[in-house]
Amino acid sequence: MLLDVRNLTVHIDDMPILKSVSLQLKMGEILGIAGESGSGKTMSALAIVGLLPQGAKSRGDIRVNGHDLANADETTFCNVRGKEVGIVFQEPMTALNPVQSIGRQVAEAIRIHQDLSRSESQKLASEALEKVGLPAKSFSLDRYPHSLSGGQRQRVAIAIATILKPALLIADEPTTALDVTTQAEILSLFRRLADEDGVGIILVTHDLAVIAETADQVAIMHNGSVVEAGEVQTIFRGTNEAYTKALLRDTAHVPVRSRLDNYSDQPVLEARHLVREYAGPVSWFGRSEGFRAVDDVSLSVFANENIGLVGESGCGKSTLLRTILGLDTPQAGQVEVFGRQFPSPSRKDMHWLRRKIQVVFQDPFGTFDPRWRVSQLVSENLYLAETPLTRGETRQKVDAILDQVGLSMSDADRYPHEFSGGQRQRLAIARALITEPSIIALDEAVSSLDVSIRARILDLLAELSDRLGVSYLFVTHDLSIARVITDRILVMKDGQIVEEGKTEQVFSSPSHAYTQRLLAAAPQLEQAVLKST
Amino acid sequence: MMTVRGMPNVAGARCRFPRRLVVGLTIVTLIIVTALLSFVWTPFDVSAIDVGGKLLPPSAGHLLGTDHFGRDTLSMVMVGARSALAVALVAVIIGAGIGVPLGLVAAARRGWVSQFIMRGNDLIFAFPALLMAVMIAAIHGPGAVNAMIAIGLFNIPVFARVARGGALTIWSREYILAARVAGKGRMLISVQHVLPNIAGLLIVQVAIQLALAVVAEAGLSYVGLGVQPPSPSWGRMLAEAQTMIGFAPSLAIFPGLAIMILVFGFGLIGDGLNDHLNPRLRKER
Repeated sequence: MLLDVRNLTVHIDDMPILKSVSLQLKMGEILGIAGESGSGKTMSALAIVGLLPQGAKSRGDIRVNGHDLANADETTFCNVRGKEVGIVFQEPMTALNPVQSIGRQVAEAIRIHQDLSRSESQKLASEALEKVGLPAKSFSLDRYPHSLSGGQRQRVAIAIATILKPALLIADEPTTALDVTTQAEILSLFRRLADEDGVGIILVTHDLAVIAETADQVAIMHNGSVVEAGEVQTIFRGTNEAYTKALLRDTAHVPVRSRLDNYSDQPVLEARHLVREYAGPVSWFGRSEGFRAVDDVSLSVFANENIGLVGESGCGKSTLLRTILGLDTPQAGQVEVFGRQFPSPSRKDMHWLRRKIQVVFQDPFGTFDPRWRVSQLVSENLYLAETPLTRGETRQKVDAILDQVGLSMSDADRYPHEFSGGQRQRLAIARALITEPSIIALDEAVSSLDVSIRARILDLLAELSDRLGVSYLFVTHDLSIARVITDRILVMKDGQIVEEGKTEQVFSSPSHAYTQRLLAAAPQLEQAVLKST
Repeated sequence: MMTVRGMPNVAGARCRFPRRLVVGLTIVTLIIVTALLSFVWTPFDVSAIDVGGKLLPPSAGHLLGTDHFGRDTLSMVMVGARSALAVALVAVIIGAGIGVPLGLVAAARRGWVSQFIMRGNDLIFAFPALLMAVMIAAIHGPGAVNAMIAIGLFNIPVFARVARGGALTIWSREYILAARVAGKGRMLISVQHVLPNIAGLLIVQVAIQLALAVVAEAGLSYVGLGVQPPSPSWGRMLAEAQTMIGFAPSLAIFPGLAIMILVFGFGLIGDGLNDHLNPRLRKER
């Protein structure tokens, strides 16, 4: 047994974080640790290498490749980290030192543990980089992190983690910040490391589909305990554990919608030939060529229709959304809401238009002023009201809207930090709904939520659109979300819309090569489980 | 990472005011009380000249001794606290009152408005406060009011920069976007969302600038550009003690100590507030 953790219990300030966690892993296998945020999955992985936060106390047995790490001191851990256990973190942007070349950073990992000359370590570094798919021929060791893409940075991080040929590799949400196509490449790299080099890999992730496609073993965590552990196939096909079942169900959750096929042919929102270009850097010889984030995009949204705008990071979907919302000025093209020009020069018109088109942003933590109470936050959009509302009227509206999104009136006097991520996203929806809009744009509005919460929010959105006849413009990188909630889908790449069509049609028979690639790369729970029968 | 932010703040549960803040507040409060007390009572009349009892060392009668006119040093230090506090306070109010709005505007309106404000600030920054005071004194004559204006002017760019820097990070938050979607203009957003969220930053800066302003006031008085005689001031007491430092060192020591203690007090408040208001530092304490 490469890794054997038994009855690991961790307390931070007398608060139980892990309760008697046991994990086993053999050489050449991938163990997926799955669970929602706060379930203790990251803590379990970090406890193995002694990277628990300050003030944490742990008990239990930890054995890695024969080393007893349960009572190890920092010196022992320093020898184990890197040499016996490699670690890859979630955020490839901050995991690398921006002022050192990648060759030097990879080489440094060896020089800490082995007494090698500069040239020897450089040679090993280039081998390690070649192994992760960055051959020195086409990929210079002298490059700096800022010139690499997210996927390339994660490869460099993996090269650093694996250069000393550790028996165990711990990867904490390694692909969460990456696009689906990049994610697929990184996951297949993990698979190769396990199959070819016999590395045991712990893959910590919230995404069950990733585990279904990549891992051999899975441990489902909830509230600091392992609810269930075993073979991926066994557990994902027929578990009897209620929590695992719920998790699987929520991952593949399809909100119930009464689809109205008779959309009016009058668009509520229409964008024509939008262009948003960012100016290039200024040099002595004038401005160099700019960057077209949005390149001649036209789209329309009809009443009662849900539109999905999907694409990978950097494709321009967020810029397009900002331009449509009038938060960014396009260089060319125009936006019309109910046939009226938007943004409008008239203040009165503008307020009417803003009431009609509202937005829910991505980050449930950053979207509220931390110093405002919920009642103020939710009623902020009432600034757009035709006639100013009295205090009592405002309060009535706030109470009614909180009720609509499944929160209670007593929440109105609380501050946003008192709410969970899912509740905050409900608050954000309440804020958008209070002006009775016809269109709500949702910028990755459910992407950062846990699956169970995501399922409830999707239900809420579906219910609201049925009841109030709101159209949604879903901007997301997550195809599985777009699939279940939208009627029509637009695929964006390099600032242009490359494919457009009914959601089912695009998913079942994508016509553009890029859409096909995107769909193939997206991990799918059911298919992954079925495929290996 | 979501999980970390979602976790209850473990450090916050036993969060108290930092000791530095408490000590600083105590020092400054004591000096303010002393200054207020000097309006109704001082051990001796500060303008009472007693040639017979000049240059006395500290004793039971004159706790801190007397100067070359026989005036009681303790009384003078007490009254001197008034001008030190008043000049520092008014100067910082001038600086923050003009600088913060300028910084907010510079952050809200990028482009030439921002450039104009910030380059104007650089211009003021380039002049030392002393030089500015000399210029103002040359035109309007020396005095406490002109010292306040000179130090206040010097404070404007400091506050403008701090406010702009803090405001720029707030402007990148999503709740600013949400406020813009609510149809609010840049100025309204600056007042409703930006200012409250940089208030902590500004309060810390106020404490630091108060400390600097006390030193600046003493400096101006030292060269004769601050409070005019016969009202006592710490800076001028130091200047007058200079020639007698060989045989009456206590004349220089006590006003010097007074300046030091007040600056130290404001400095501790600034440091303590920074620790208290900055959650990242708070965790490490």
